[in-house]
Amino acid sequence: MGKRKQIQTALTHVALILLSVVFALPLLWMLSTSLKPISETLTTPPKWIPTQVMWSNYPDAINYNSKQLGYIPFLVYMRNTVVVTILCIVGSVTSNALVAYSFSRLRWAGRDAFFGLTVATMMIPFPVLMVPTFTLFRYLGWVGSFKPLWVPAFFASAFSIFLLRQFFRTIPMELSEAAKLDGCSEFRIFTDVIVPLAKPALMVVALFTFMGSWNDFLGPLIYLVDQNTFTLALGLSAYQTQHGGTPWNLLMAATLLVILPILIVFFFAQKLFIQGIATSGFK
Amino acid sequence: MKKDLRIGLLFALPWILGFIIFLAYPVLASLYYSFTNFSILREPSYVGADNYAELASDTVFHKALINTLIYAVGAVPLSTVVAIGLAMLLNTKVKGMSYYRTIFFLPSLVPMVALGTLFLWIFNGDYGLLNEGIRAANLEPPNWLGDPAWSKSTLMLISMWGCGQAMVIYLAGLQNVPVSLYEAADLDGAKLGKKIWNVTLPMLSPVILFNVVMGIIGALQVFAVPYVMFPGGAPARSTYFIASYLFDNAFQYQRMGYASAVGWVMFIITLVLTLLALKMSDRHVHYETE
Repeated sequence: MGKRKQIQTALTHVALILLSVVFALPLLWMLSTSLKPISETLTTPPKWIPTQVMWSNYPDAINYNSKQLGYIPFLVYMRNTVVVTILCIVGSVTSNALVAYSFSRLRWAGRDAFFGLTVATMMIPFPVLMVPTFTLFRYLGWVGSFKPLWVPAFFASAFSIFLLRQFFRTIPMELSEAAKLDGCSEFRIFTDVIVPLAKPALMVVALFTFMGSWNDFLGPLIYLVDQNTFTLALGLSAYQTQHGGTPWNLLMAATLLVILPILIVFFFAQKLFIQGIATSGFK
Repeated sequence: MKKDLRIGLLFALPWILGFIIFLAYPVLASLYYSFTNFSILREPSYVGADNYAELASDTVFHKALINTLIYAVGAVPLSTVVAIGLAMLLNTKVKGMSYYRTIFFLPSLVPMVALGTLFLWIFNGDYGLLNEGIRAANLEPPNWLGDPAWSKSTLMLISMWGCGQAMVIYLAGLQNVPVSLYEAADLDGAKLGKKIWNVTLPMLSPVILFNVVMGIIGALQVFAVPYVMFPGGAPARSTYFIASYLFDNAFQYQRMGYASAVGWVMFIITLVLTLLALKMSDRHVHYETE
């Protein structure tokens, strides 16, 4: 039995190492390509370590001047993305916290039926909503501005409500009742009792919103018109519309810069991320 | 009572408005639009079921529909098997588990557009890392991006690389399986394969169902990665999906009524497949009684 167990453990290690190589390779290749001189990007066999580490690829990617597309204002894209993302996070955390509070800690007629309906809406594919939503924003004169990208965040979303409700329900009701006896209004209970206790869950919602907004491609593609309003996700897709002679080293450097903020946030908040995703799978 | 209702609704107000403005209204409006001829330049005019009749004989739509179904049938099981496999390996509590978990999870954080860009490079037929590897093994590498027979496989492989989120959910599910069940199986002298089949998978089945349903919904809407990697659904429209066709009709051809009909067909297919998954799972999904 002992020997068999040892073999099993060894096999598990081998499998894990091989698989992590497969999963890590594309990202490492991106890093390697981003630091190569252009002449070394197309060598056979591929070179993993560049003979000369080209840190200058990064500033070059930021100030990339394409023959076909002209100057690509990477830093403007970055600023736009940061603005939209921050607005989305603020909107999403406040609205979802309020709504989840109502669904989990207040009693009112029709609450559970409405919550059931809310969860069911997660099945609706986004493309179905696309045309009327676009028409609506067009009617409001918002096409070409950032508003279609962040205003909806202030109106909560089914997934985040669901996630926060799970967490709010675990906070003992006695705490609310005690606060009520002390004469606190529901709003005071919400801000002074529940929100401080629910900080990790609110962070999870902030993280997911950050990811969703940073990565959003379809929204900017539909609503943004002027190149100076583009977000990173949309701007990055502009780098490769030119065919032939793609400067892969610069493109990979730009791609890495788009991913980098997410990686940094992930490494600081890894535990929250994992817990948040894990709870999303359970009813 | 009345006061409770008022406070409850007040707190829920953002979502009540959001639900009406960004869900209920668009769903109903798109249903109405699907029976109209409508573009930015002109008001909707009622045309009955014309759009749906046209869809029934629209060969491009059929192609997009078949492509989407093939993609879903390939990508969902592939990512499910890989995600469960990875979660099981991680659940063996080997040393360095958190490092492995991070490595498997990281790719799922990469934005779709970055993912598309990166894999354009990796799958590049001439200089891509993957084909260099295949050539090094003395095999004839396929043209991943240029051959219609391979383009969809390329997208399926990419979706597999991003299965980290599902993996984390499976891992949490595995950690919830009571150890006593495995101990009982050990006492019965059950082998590893038997334990997986008779203990792990049944206990994990509600989580599998959740992930498969989410996977189906996601796969049917696939858009960004093919949009970035395969402009216009190239090669030979082999990567042209329902969402691509909907987008093109709405924003390229100015046919918003027709696009709405495409959207509703997509919605109905999603509903049918989801209900089918739930129905089929009736017999196989094991819920713990509380």
